[in-house]
Amino acid sequence: MNPTLHQVLVVFGVLFGLFGVGALLTWAERRLLALWQDRYGPNRVGPFGLLQVVADMIKIFSKEDWIPPFADKPVFVLAPLVIMVATLLSFAVVPFAPNIEIANLNIGLLFFLAMSSLSVYGVALAGWASNSKYALLGSLRAVGQMLSYEVFMGLALMGVVAQAGSFGLRDIVLAQRGLWFGVPQFIGLGIFFIAGLAETRRIPFDLPEAESELVAGFHTEYSGMKFAMFFLGEYIAITLIAALTVTLFLGGWLGPWLPPLVWFLLKTFCLVGLFILIRATLPRLRYDQLLELGWKRMLPLALLNLIVTGAVILWRKGV
Amino acid sequence: MFSILQSLWGVFQHTWRRRVTVQYPDRKRTLPPRWRGRIILSRDPDGAERCVACQLCAVACPVGCIALEAAEDEHGRRYPEFFRINFSRCIFCGYCEEACPTCAIQLTPDNEMGEYHRAGLVYEKNDLLIAGQGKHHGYNFYRVAGLQIGGKDKGAAENERPPSDVRSLMP
Repeated sequence: MNPTLHQVLVVFGVLFGLFGVGALLTWAERRLLALWQDRYGPNRVGPFGLLQVVADMIKIFSKEDWIPPFADKPVFVLAPLVIMVATLLSFAVVPFAPNIEIANLNIGLLFFLAMSSLSVYGVALAGWASNSKYALLGSLRAVGQMLSYEVFMGLALMGVVAQAGSFGLRDIVLAQRGLWFGVPQFIGLGIFFIAGLAETRRIPFDLPEAESELVAGFHTEYSGMKFAMFFLGEYIAITLIAALTVTLFLGGWLGPWLPPLVWFLLKTFCLVGLFILIRATLPRLRYDQLLELGWKRMLPLALLNLIVTGAVILWRKGV
Repeated sequence: MFSILQSLWGVFQHTWRRRVTVQYPDRKRTLPPRWRGRIILSRDPDGAERCVACQLCAVACPVGCIALEAAEDEHGRRYPEFFRINFSRCIFCGYCEEACPTCAIQLTPDNEMGEYHRAGLVYEKNDLLIAGQGKHHGYNFYRVAGLQIGGKDKGAAENERPPSDVRSLMP
């Protein structure tokens, strides 16, 4: 096939695939949560309730797109876009299969970290521009949480980078042909996954939203399509964290018998299922517990992991 | 940490549990006969209305949703001229059933009484009266009460002795 055409197809395929996945995850999450709580969840619209997504979409499109008069209008409109775009951009560096990848950056991992930092801006701006107490409190929490968890999220990945000897995600996947990095870097895997939970503001780290205390946190004042964008952003971020965990620790597209893309999607959605299982199980942390876990447990652990990894690599090389 | 994994596993085990939801419109639970649902007015075994329009239900009703007016037929039997229950106010507490001295007003297990218009929730006597006796069989107020009505003199009721002659000394 024409390489340009192939690239264009991949770009649009990934974009619309992600929108589809994000929309379907709203359904999947409700069904899975219901399953684990011995309920049914949405099962009336279409087969297995799948058309619930369409119904929700129609509803959310026909809702009033309300901008509060006290809000900072341009920033208010911009904030959900920032989250969406930053999350979507991160997918540009994810290698789905040997020939399905948007950009093979040699600093792909750094690009992902940069983009996930940018999405903090979305949350912060949303809370600020809403000009309301709940939203501001939510976004304050979000900024504190995401900044402190980003530190060791990056550190947890450095072990993988040291082992693979590259920041490019394709190289990292290829370096796992012998053994998935999840095995020697199991601490890194755990820390990255926990940090990912915090980055996507999921239960048990959903303090920025915290329905029971902050109404809806940073998106309290949002409605209609903008609200949907926050949610789509969150679900795509879940997929992103799952996809990256698969790429970095669980061998990406590598696997026997099945085609590479199928392996990748299979692993990714298993992890997304784990995200939802965690939501079904764990209660929300208190804010001081959250920061304590981050700075006092995870950060030293990540540093230790990095030091040991470095030492072992040097020892193997015989320096 | 271990307990977190344990509870994750515990929640995951619910994948194979039976779901507690009853898929309502497709499947309906059988409600116990004493369920407090739609209110009805029952008839006595002879097919006449049991209600004697004593107003006790209307008085007992905490939300005041029962309205009726008494009337008397040519035999001296009392009956409600009209009997109206506003179900948009009714809280299905069952006090009317408790208050009723003639087992006329009863609550039934039927609870599907949704309406598109509020006026549809105001039930008149025609809507409330049923053909049967409801939960209490064989009870007829006028047959056991000492009240004198056309066709039944004093002392003619069941388990009732003839009225004593107060002027006589004989037992």
